[in-house]
Amino acid sequence: MATLTLSSLDKKYGGFHAVKGIDLDVADGEFVALVGPSGCGKSTTLRMIAGLEDISGGQLRIGDRVVNDLPPRDRNISMVFQSYALFPHMTVAENMGFSLKIAGRDAGTIDTAVKEAARILEIEPLLERRPAQLSGGQRQRVAMGRAIVRDPDVFLFDEPLSNLDAKLRGQMRTEIKRLHARLGSTVVYVTHDQIEAMTLADRIVIMRGGVIEQVGTPDEVFNRPASRFVASFIGSPPMNMAEAVVTAGRALRLEDGTELPLPTAFHVAEGRRVVLGLRPDDIYPEGHGIHSESGHAVESRELPVMLSEPLGNETLLFTELGGQSWTARMLNPRSVKRGELLRFHLDLSRAHLFDAETGLTLRD
Amino acid sequence: MDANASARLKKRGSAWALNVALFISMLIICLPGLWIVLNSLRPTVEIMAKPPVWIPRELSFDAYVDMFSGVGQGGIPVISYFRNSVIIAVTSTIISLAIGMSGGYAFARYRFKGKSAWFLGLMLTRTVPGIALSLPLFFLYAKTGLIDTHAGMIIAYTALNVPFTIWLIDGFFRQVPRDLAEAAQIDGCTRWQAFWQVEFPLARPGIASAGIFAFLTSWNEFALASQLTRSTDSKTLPVGLLDYTAEFTIDWRGMCALAVVMIIPALLLTYAVQKHLVSGLTSGAIKG
Repeated sequence: MATLTLSSLDKKYGGFHAVKGIDLDVADGEFVALVGPSGCGKSTTLRMIAGLEDISGGQLRIGDRVVNDLPPRDRNISMVFQSYALFPHMTVAENMGFSLKIAGRDAGTIDTAVKEAARILEIEPLLERRPAQLSGGQRQRVAMGRAIVRDPDVFLFDEPLSNLDAKLRGQMRTEIKRLHARLGSTVVYVTHDQIEAMTLADRIVIMRGGVIEQVGTPDEVFNRPASRFVASFIGSPPMNMAEAVVTAGRALRLEDGTELPLPTAFHVAEGRRVVLGLRPDDIYPEGHGIHSESGHAVESRELPVMLSEPLGNETLLFTELGGQSWTARMLNPRSVKRGELLRFHLDLSRAHLFDAETGLTLRD
Repeated sequence: MDANASARLKKRGSAWALNVALFISMLIICLPGLWIVLNSLRPTVEIMAKPPVWIPRELSFDAYVDMFSGVGQGGIPVISYFRNSVIIAVTSTIISLAIGMSGGYAFARYRFKGKSAWFLGLMLTRTVPGIALSLPLFFLYAKTGLIDTHAGMIIAYTALNVPFTIWLIDGFFRQVPRDLAEAAQIDGCTRWQAFWQVEFPLARPGIASAGIFAFLTSWNEFALASQLTRSTDSKTLPVGLLDYTAEFTIDWRGMCALAVVMIIPALLLTYAVQKHLVSGLTSGAIKG
């Protein structure tokens, strides 16, 4: 196992600047997830770590070695591809033992390592099959097995669960988490699925347009987003956002003139244009909220329900305030009619404010 | 009769009709080949008879015996022709495959300047009929001393085959997901090892097809060979067929016998290589 250090890492394709000088330290045994929308540079970053893309600038260290110009085989890493990338002309056992065979290990060592990995992943009965005879989930396990057998310094995952159906994805997520707990390995995991990132990672790196927007624990990026982008990217359903102006009376005036009190945590000058962010958890019908019992002072409004999405244990309600749609989360749901007026609590103590121009948080 | 029974009958009936149609088409395709074999075993009188004699009255291997009995005793230098054909066809096939694999791989995997123009240029060379090149080639070879040599024929056939082998092999390498070579490199392979361990085995059906094609083209080619070869040092089997024509007569039986001698190695090779032609090997590599 080893640490991983990215210093001002840069990637240019001709005139296109894909990764713009990012810095990141991954501790030994840490599970770091890179998330962001497509084209944000997360996969390019991973491929640079793997050695599959040339590094245009900056430095990449694995442990105490600078590996910028080393070919993939000399970096002692393993990678699980989105497509699994199993060798179709080899059996599962041959696929898993391939790296050891190339390294010139004897058959006995290879056999032991493959069997051990197969035992961990519970794929022993599949060892003599070919990839074409496996289901998606089984192929995924084999791909992970191939990575384990190599006993690498760093594991790289490139959207490994994207090709699985929702149920299997949930299972494999748990499996990866268990595997990490067991092996204690350093992991860099690329995904566009924020739920995967939140559930798996020790730390999340949110990228956009080739730069890192925020690095933090799942709790930090969820509760203290550094920017409007992070706030809208993390959390499902996404955070409600509304443009507003700070008034003389320490209130927020929304676009249609509706005023809400300025959250006390923020000290913002009068006249400043801001974006108010409020998670669906923090806007709820009276008696149906997560934070109902917290004793916070809340802002209450009678608002119409435009649409409801019952999810069983909760219902998402869509209402209107300040001339735009807001998503609210209703716990212990009851059936709600369209157009019904409900008293909604807005827990502004948990609200976020971002600068309207830069999108950065206004939290001190 | 209920609907199910009549549907079943219809299905069985159409399967039979299909089999009969297939049999007839195969018969038409195979008939010329069988006719050659048959003609090599019977006298010229019977071959030339009108109306044709379908069932031979007597069969003999005289033509084959004569063929191998040496020059002056009704034979032709068939061993020399055969050796020339093998040397020329095998060498040009190997070179065409080596260039085809390198070129096909480059076109499938790398981006470079003028890629599509190069590719189009290669394809355009195939629109030129080989015979149109015979006169320029003749002059060129006469000047460079390549005329009537193995090397000259090998160069000509390699040039004819390379565009096709590149095109065919390119298509097969394109089907091998790029991820596989990358996975192999991460697992410890050099670029070269990744090619031989992973990409080459998966593109093998295409390489085998290209090989068969290149071999058969060189093995069967007549027009260029008849211009560029002179002596038994370089004449190939198709050119050797002309030895059976004299000013006023054509020995059809001998010609057919030599044709059979030509066909057999080609058939054996195709049979030996066809097991590599199994496609769909890449299935299971990626999601699906």
